[in-house]
Amino acid sequence: MDIPDIAITLLKVVITVNVVLLHVAYAVWCERKVIGHMQARLGPMVVGPHGLLQPIADFVKLFFKEDVIPTNADKPVFFIAPVIGVIAALSSLAVIPLWENFSIANLNIGILYILALSSVGAYGIILAGWASNSKYAFLGGLRSSAQVISYEIAMGLSLVGVMMLAGSANLSDIVNAQAKYPFILVQPIAFFVFLMSVIAETNRPPFDLPEAEAELVAGYFSEYSGMRFGLFFMAEYAAMFVMSAMVVVCFLGGWNGPEFWIFSHVPKIVWFLLKVYGLMFLYFWLRATLPRYRYDQLMGIGWKIFIPLALANIVITGIIKLL
Amino acid sequence: MLPQIFFAYFAVVITVLSILVITRKNPVHSVIWMLVLFVHIAALYIFLNAEFLAAIQIIVYAGAILVLFLFVIMLLNLKKEEQERKFHGYWPLGVLAGTFFIVFFILILSKISVFPKLGPYSIQAIQSEGSIMTIGKVLYTDYILPFEIASIVLLVAIIGAVVLAKKRIE
Repeated sequence: MDIPDIAITLLKVVITVNVVLLHVAYAVWCERKVIGHMQARLGPMVVGPHGLLQPIADFVKLFFKEDVIPTNADKPVFFIAPVIGVIAALSSLAVIPLWENFSIANLNIGILYILALSSVGAYGIILAGWASNSKYAFLGGLRSSAQVISYEIAMGLSLVGVMMLAGSANLSDIVNAQAKYPFILVQPIAFFVFLMSVIAETNRPPFDLPEAEAELVAGYFSEYSGMRFGLFFMAEYAAMFVMSAMVVVCFLGGWNGPEFWIFSHVPKIVWFLLKVYGLMFLYFWLRATLPRYRYDQLMGIGWKIFIPLALANIVITGIIKLL
Repeated sequence: MLPQIFFAYFAVVITVLSILVITRKNPVHSVIWMLVLFVHIAALYIFLNAEFLAAIQIIVYAGAILVLFLFVIMLLNLKKEEQERKFHGYWPLGVLAGTFFIVFFILILSKISVFPKLGPYSIQAIQSEGSIMTIGKVLYTDYILPFEIASIVLLVAIIGAVVLAKKRIE
């Protein structure tokens, strides 16, 4: 690797991270709008036309807020916990192929890299809960780590079927293998298990037990304020974006779109983004529609339904591939 | 030159981190340093062109085992154990054993002059078909017996855990 290559990679990193952070900011606005309209409200309307400048106002507010640290909190751990979450979510972007030949790093172990980083992301949550020196935060952290570990298994297992069909763990190869038809048609069970596990993995409703407001105030980040709170928010939405992109890459055909009439002239990135936006909308839709699960139900679904389903899917895929 | 610098960095940092892990008073801090240590070991695997091993190192050790460590440490009340001296009395023995092994290894390594012949799995061979496929093929052909034994051992452990958990309820 010589200097021009490094410069191009750096440029790619800067562009991707900035575009994703912009998406994160407007995903929050979009969520408030969508949920507002679903509940027959207007959502944010005051700052800018239809509240379009709301994310900027929120950012400025979070940035200038006083940073409160609880007494007897473990300060170094308290400081690094939100950073771990953000770094894990943003580093996952490195392997996601946004369109043909555009991924920052075209790793052969792309899927494993994403799984590894999502398991590192759990440390941000569990350490935040522990370092806050607060019962609510601690319980939220414990719940969340148990949830994330359980659903990671189902997540990993449901991707095995995709890897078997594509014959590779490289995300670009997986998209290329879906040139004719997306894998959702041949792997419906894996798609369902992966989608649900992803929602649990990112701590989103109806599986947002770690931050169950009614019981735990705000869960693991109860004690955080100002920009550190903002970092947790950013980590959650960045993880949603990354995981939606994973669903698109592994099951919905990635950047591939319909190839007839005027559709074949549309840039590939548009198809990719449209699918990602659809999945983000699904996140908001579920949050507006479904009540929260009970904790034992959540663990029961994960271990007794999703993991056996994912295992059965591997066996069935294997048998069909042999025939 | 660059490879040597990289290796020196990782060797030094891994040693320092290992010492940090065993000298922290607070067990949660030990676990955090261990996490950093695992990431460095994974980097060392990537350095050796074993990217699959690196990913597994992070997923299994950092993602599963270390989180369980953290779980257990947080649920135990370690305040009392921290003050007791019973965990700190063995260090002279440890230093003795450590020095013995360091001298032992240095003596052995200084005697080695002939390097073994390279096997069929050179870096080019692995890169041509990917490290996952190479490891899979070797595991399911040449090393099928140890692989199956390992899986039976794990199965026994799972059954043991279930039995232990069931006893409580009755």
